[in-house]
Amino acid sequence: MLLREIAHSRTGDKGNRSTISVIVYDMKDFSRIEASVTTERVKMLYKDLVKGEVERFVMPQLGALNFVLHDALGGGVTKSLALDAHGKSLSSAILSLEIE
Amino acid sequence: MRIIRLGAGAGYSGDRIPPAVELAEKGSLDYLIFECLAERTVALAQLEKSKNPDVGFDPLLRERMRAVLPACKEQGIKIITNMGAANPHAAAKEVVAIARELNIGVLKVGIVSGDDVLPQLLSGDFSVMETGEPISSIEHDIISANAYLGSDPIVEALSLGVDVVITGRVSDPALFLAPLMYEFGWSSSDWKKLGQGILAGHLLECAAQVTGGYFADPGYRDVPDLENLGFPIAEVSENGEIVITKVDGSGGYVNTATCSAQLLYEIEDPSQYLQPDVVADFSQVTFTEIAKDRVKAENASGSSRPELIKVTIGKRDGFIGDGQISYAGLGALARGQLALDVLQKRIKSSGIEFLEIRYELIGVNAIHGESLSYGHDPYEVRVRVAARSKAQKDVELLVNEVEAMYLNGPSGGGGATKSIREVISAQSVLIPRHLIKTSVSIVEL
Repeated sequence: MLLREIAHSRTGDKGNRSTISVIVYDMKDFSRIEASVTTERVKMLYKDLVKGEVERFVMPQLGALNFVLHDALGGGVTKSLALDAHGKSLSSAILSLEIE
Repeated sequence: MRIIRLGAGAGYSGDRIPPAVELAEKGSLDYLIFECLAERTVALAQLEKSKNPDVGFDPLLRERMRAVLPACKEQGIKIITNMGAANPHAAAKEVVAIARELNIGVLKVGIVSGDDVLPQLLSGDFSVMETGEPISSIEHDIISANAYLGSDPIVEALSLGVDVVITGRVSDPALFLAPLMYEFGWSSSDWKKLGQGILAGHLLECAAQVTGGYFADPGYRDVPDLENLGFPIAEVSENGEIVITKVDGSGGYVNTATCSAQLLYEIEDPSQYLQPDVVADFSQVTFTEIAKDRVKAENASGSSRPELIKVTIGKRDGFIGDGQISYAGLGALARGQLALDVLQKRIKSSGIEFLEIRYELIGVNAIHGESLSYGHDPYEVRVRVAARSKAQKDVELLVNEVEAMYLNGPSGGGGATKSIREVISAQSVLIPRHLIKTSVSIVEL
């Protein structure tokens, strides 16, 4: 099953870091995403784009994971050459992860 | 218990104006708050101000004020905004002039200044957080340096009985925390209440992003009446309870999902959301839908405010050129790829060493890069080459090379565009709180 079936996601930017939340629609699915959407998988997913570390913060009461991707935005929105300089569209890619 | 109603009238500088008017007219608000200042906006405004001392504030200030002042004045709704950008004094004068034109009677405007800390930065011994470079080494490229002020000077302005508060750089949530501190007399060391106040501010500061904007995904999250999104309201009680809602009958929705998405938007460690007023802790926050479009937000807390304050510096950082051309129909992908190959060889033979350059096909791999992009050949592609250089002439050559794909490239290229802009990059510096001296002044009609 794709993550998109059970969760939504939003991306923001802080300097050269991207923040990506993943939030389940139904709390019963939280333990699955907590086990499955690991920092390693996220780092692998964005390997073309993210040069730095990936951190993960867990908020079980909201059914949410919050990822911080370091050195992820080509120097940040003010100097990046990317068409999507904020990296706002990155959330759509994480939802394509396969979940057991 | 007493409740104050805060409305968010804008989530960014170019945001829609009619939802703000709807809030002013139908939101039963006490405060209408406009957050309009992105990271590098102050630097750009500073450049304008250096050419003309009467400008350097938000370009939509006049239009917004003209639209909301009558309803706000009639209902006694106070306005707080960072639309002052690099020139809060000129912005305040402008607001008074508009009030005079509209003939709305007495109006008192408070001006918050002190966020401009360029002199302190240049006379001290500071380094850029991101690069470690000493400020002295980039001194000549720096255009602006603005500290993120907290709620104190806004509270001070409100206590002088103003109708409108105009600021430059202020932490976004502080625009919302300040009226709560003023109205309820919250102590500036009541970390728990300040945490809740920052929570209300953070949920509101991007306006429609908590009422169904930036949320829809057809078949998964269908947002009602998306074309008429309402902007949000926070009802905050004296003991710090928050309900997020919107004007009845406006488009969009407020539910636990929209609130959770906005809670985590652009915060990093939820247990340490650094603000000039408090280190807010959102790690235990919960949302409860108590009625349709009414969500209770609880359990934020906080700890002592930080001693170091973030300063955003804007600096000249070279130029970016961006050239594009489209190919469509049979063989579009192959012709687009050929154009990129030719361009790559041409740029190489020019001998220019760009600081950074990218070659991509919009519709194929431009947004998420090679490894995430897959699927069938598209019907149309758009070649894009973008590069950054210290020298404007380098990027001029680049964009002209892309345009030359008309007569010199593969067959059937169309719609070439080229653009060049100077890069004003934003970086951060931390400075001790005591170096920042804020002040409040008043202009009246």
